Amino acid sequence: MADNREFFYRRLHSLLGVIPVGLFLTQHLIVNHFATQGEEAFNTAAGFMGSLPFVYLLEAFIIFLPLLFHGIYGLYIAFTAKNNLGRFGYFRNVMFFLQRVTGVITLVFIAWHVWETRIQALLGTEVNYQMMEEILSNPLMVVFYIVGVLSAVFHFANGLWSFFVTWGITVSPRSQRIMTYVTMLVFVALSIVGLRAIFAFV
Amino acid sequence: MSENKTVRIIVTRQENMDSAPYEEEFVIPYRPNMNVISALMEIQRNPVNAKGEKTTPITWDMNCLEEVCGACSMVINGKPRQSCAALVDKLEQPIRLAPMSTFPVIRDLQVDRNRMFDSLKRIKAWIPIDGTYELGPGPRMPERKRQWAYELSKCMTCGVCLEACPNVNSKSDFMGPAFISLVRLYNSHPTGAMNKDERLNALMGDGGLQDCGNSQNCVQACPKGIPLTTSIAAMNRASTVQSFRNFFGSDHHVD
Repeated sequence: MADNREFFYRRLHSLLGVIPVGLFLTQHLIVNHFATQGEEAFNTAAGFMGSLPFVYLLEAFIIFLPLLFHGIYGLYIAFTAKNNLGRFGYFRNVMFFLQRVTGVITLVFIAWHVWETRIQALLGTEVNYQMMEEILSNPLMVVFYIVGVLSAVFHFANGLWSFFVTWGITVSPRSQRIMTYVTMLVFVALSIVGLRAIFAFV
Repeated sequence: MSENKTVRIIVTRQENMDSAPYEEEFVIPYRPNMNVISALMEIQRNPVNAKGEKTTPITWDMNCLEEVCGACSMVINGKPRQSCAALVDKLEQPIRLAPMSTFPVIRDLQVDRNRMFDSLKRIKAWIPIDGTYELGPGPRMPERKRQWAYELSKCMTCGVCLEACPNVNSKSDFMGPAFISLVRLYNSHPTGAMNKDERLNALMGDGGLQDCGNSQNCVQACPKGIPLTTSIAAMNRASTVQSFRNFFGSDHHVD
């Protein structure tokens, strides 16, 4: 492993993006969706997640450490690319560019989102339906949350596509094309779940 | 009528490796069936630019003139390709010629492609057949596999896929798509497969296949139609297995 540390980091980055970060994102959006059933349903679901046993360990190992590695190493990857959409406007090159753009947007969004919710919880504020309702009473924040959620979902869905290539699961052009359709369906489906939750608070 | 017809060419020129690039325009008489190389030769014969000033002839690389050696690659109207196979009749004018930006420019359109030859050495792009005694014939290659491998063997290290790749640049060490596909070629040869693990481990070193970001420009740009992205995914699969073998230990070195 000494002379192929980069290989290890890259593969770790790919793995962590899907397991656990991608899975956590999906779970988080689904829990948020309880907001469409009203304040009580959301507070019960969020309260259940927040009162899981070993919650600090779960947060650290399923969310924060993988997310930090994926985010920081991802920034390095994004800024070592020299995008050339002007000369090569092919579909996959567009996706390559969007993957990097949405990655950076998502990182900014998540940093803000963690500060606004998790850190505030640490400082004694209760994270509940009312808190989100207050945050989203500002139309600018609604836009910020919509952009953030769509970026995160796109980054996950398209990242899933590259995950399948990176690990050598989809090799043939046809398998990669089918995976494009599947992951774009994932994007649409999770976007609906995410946006419905946001609009439930508005 | 054809006597008055001209071809307008704008060339990105550079005196030497350290000087700044500049553009120079040329108008040359048209001849039927010209390619970019014959146009450059025309300028070489009469090095006068569009303003009528005498200038130095343009420097470029070329060799086979039939798109198999890869030496004459340059950026033509924004696309990296071989200048020998670029026909003037099929190009929009003015024809813009520039050196491939991925490589250090030596002078004008001539670039230093040495990094690619270093990569060939690094991935052991050959099949060792020498022994201290007569080793006899190697294992036979099935004909259908040979036909498939022939497509991969068309790679001429022209550098077009490196130029098209957003991850091959001065900020990264990525060796580029061609060499990933070449590992697949040499590893699928029955004799070459005897050193499979060595090539894979070289490919997994820093700047190796893991730096691919799947923009898939390479497969679109390759003048030889090599299925580069399929090769990359196939080598991703092989290196997944190889990395497990390296980490957990295995007594299967080459199978």
